[in-house]
Amino acid sequence: MTRPDSRILLEVKGLHTNVAGVEILKGIDLTVRAGEVHAIMGPNGSGKSTFAKALAGHPGYKVTAGTATFEGRNIFEMAPEDRARAGLFLGFQYPVEIPGVSNTAFLRLAYNTVQGARGKDELDPLEFDDYVREKMKLLDMDVGFLDRSVNDGFSGGEKKRNEILQMALLEPRLAILDETDSGLDIDALRVVSGGVNRLLTPDNAVVLVTHYQRLLNYIVPDYVHVMEGGRIVKTGGKELAVELEARGYDWIKGKAAA
Amino acid sequence: MSSVLEHLVNQPYQHGFVTDIESDTAPKGLNEDTIRFISVKKSEPEWLLEFRLKAYRHWLTMQEPKWPNVRYPKIDFQDIIYYSAPKPKKLASMDEVDPELLRTFEKLGVPMNERAKLAGVAVDVIFDSVSVATTYKQKLAEVGIIFCSISEAVREHPELVRKYLGTVVPTGDNYYAALNSAVFTDGSFCHIPKGVKCPMELSTYFRINTESSGQFERTLIVAEEGASVSYLEGCTAPKFDSNQLHAAVVELVALDDAEIKYSTVQNWYAGDENGVGGIYNFVTKRGLCKGVNSKISWTQVETGSAITWKYPSCVLLGENSIGEFYSVALTNHHQQADTGTKMVHIGSNTRSRIISKGISAGQSNNSYRGLVKIGARAEGARNFSQCDSMLIGAKCGANTFPYIQVHNNSAKVEHEATTSKIGEDQLFYLAQRGIGAEEAVSMIINGFCRDVFQQLPMEFAVEATKLLGLKLEGSVG
Repeated sequence: MTRPDSRILLEVKGLHTNVAGVEILKGIDLTVRAGEVHAIMGPNGSGKSTFAKALAGHPGYKVTAGTATFEGRNIFEMAPEDRARAGLFLGFQYPVEIPGVSNTAFLRLAYNTVQGARGKDELDPLEFDDYVREKMKLLDMDVGFLDRSVNDGFSGGEKKRNEILQMALLEPRLAILDETDSGLDIDALRVVSGGVNRLLTPDNAVVLVTHYQRLLNYIVPDYVHVMEGGRIVKTGGKELAVELEARGYDWIKGKAAA
Repeated sequence: MSSVLEHLVNQPYQHGFVTDIESDTAPKGLNEDTIRFISVKKSEPEWLLEFRLKAYRHWLTMQEPKWPNVRYPKIDFQDIIYYSAPKPKKLASMDEVDPELLRTFEKLGVPMNERAKLAGVAVDVIFDSVSVATTYKQKLAEVGIIFCSISEAVREHPELVRKYLGTVVPTGDNYYAALNSAVFTDGSFCHIPKGVKCPMELSTYFRINTESSGQFERTLIVAEEGASVSYLEGCTAPKFDSNQLHAAVVELVALDDAEIKYSTVQNWYAGDENGVGGIYNFVTKRGLCKGVNSKISWTQVETGSAITWKYPSCVLLGENSIGEFYSVALTNHHQQADTGTKMVHIGSNTRSRIISKGISAGQSNNSYRGLVKIGARAEGARNFSQCDSMLIGAKCGANTFPYIQVHNNSAKVEHEATTSKIGEDQLFYLAQRGIGAEEAVSMIINGFCRDVFQQLPMEFAVEATKLLGLKLEGSVG
């Protein structure tokens, strides 16, 4: 639901970003309010993932101009871990493998770190075990996940579920999900998007980065933005996604040029 | 005798101790007289003097090994004092201890009373190590275990020492082992009689003889038929020593159905971040699985020393005997490590397992060097080796030098090796979940070392985990 009166969570103005000396983002403006779902679509190489990583603070992505505030704070003055602790979550397109580190130890450390930053109580291993099992039920995940090494040897679908599990545990204010739908079969897509929907409240927001309209059948966006050449070239409602699916991105390109 | 030294050792201790040390220091340099001097000072039997002299004569014919992948200035063996009586070098209070050292203890969570002991403060008032040691010794004596300094063993149990000393590492085995055999001053001796399972972990920490073992330490552990023992060497607290060269020898003997587990955590002074100072650690450690179904297991966590040259090995002589080597070697700044193992399969159906994890950071260089040798009579022998290296930063190096020699075609030898880098992406991923860089590195490293840490006794594993984190502090930025 669009909420023009609700609190602004994220406000990006004129964002320019370089990767390895090449300018990828050429002036992005985006405002996300509490309770909203945004979808960012666009062809390969249009800058969608760069935008997501720049907001989360990947060291390889250099912001050269523009501003971004998250709940009123300038995020470019915050270390990546501080952005995460403040409630900014990035669901990775390619979740990273960490051999030898058990998933449960990782999840608990992440959870307790973020809880601590919010001034809340940390959970001991037993309490955490109960808590994480409950969250896993929501995502139809096997408890065997807990003892495996972080993402090590996980299938593509398992990795994406593990991302949503982290989102469920950390309860972010703003979740940016970078191609969470890619590599998922239809059943997994239903489970994952069901999980995301359950986590949506009037106080938080989600930005979905995706290629396909398919995901938007399950998670209905309030806004659809189309990126092209490092800029948002068109913004509309959920019907824009349907139109894109039918007519392709070239249609936008033509319009933007006109 | 150097008059300066004489003056030094005869000087009453400044902080109120009155020492009764006579001029118990050998002159600088090494010759047969030095060795006779050591032997006389220690009131040793004739056979041991012969053992030393034979080693010395052999050493004279040998060359310092040039094959290790380490660089250091030439050592002047005539510039070393080979015997000096124990000098109490205690500080009067904790206020005199280097604050850096205290900070380290704090981070490692070393208990207060132990901090003082480790820092070399006179602590008899608050921590009576003698009474702890006495209780410990009584408990072992009840089951017939001998655990004492090797000097004491030479006096009290000469027949046992003579039977086994030098049988695993012969006097002329290698340059440093020969040197050690000629001039060793002290070390540990442990004998577990037939059928006895040692009721506790044996630690050098509790050895009765509290005097410093010096730079040429000698350890001998014998487990008779059906006996078993777990032995811990070293501790996680940093160990400073004014002697730069250390050349220890450790010999283990396991008879039929016996088992010896030897765990080391080594954290000697590694030099500063510019590579100045630090210990040279040239160690020969070898276990002989002499009896059938015997087992020797080495577990090491090497984090200190400027140079580490060390290959804890197993000679698998008895049928069905098992050798294991689990190692974590971490190097940072300008440290150099060339370490690994040798598994020599002689008996039939012998098995060995090698798990080596090397971590390099800073401008350090870390090499794994391992030999797996299957003898002609080793029917059905098996080996599995896994050597993993992890690099932190772009200026360090990691090498793996596996040597495999198979002379029996029924043997099965497997070798796996990987090299990985703590990547920006791993750190970013963890940061995105709220986990800061230092904690993230510690987590990744502990994951990497998990297979080895699982082999350590529980408290040791916890300490080792903290130690690695501490050693890598500031290496990721």
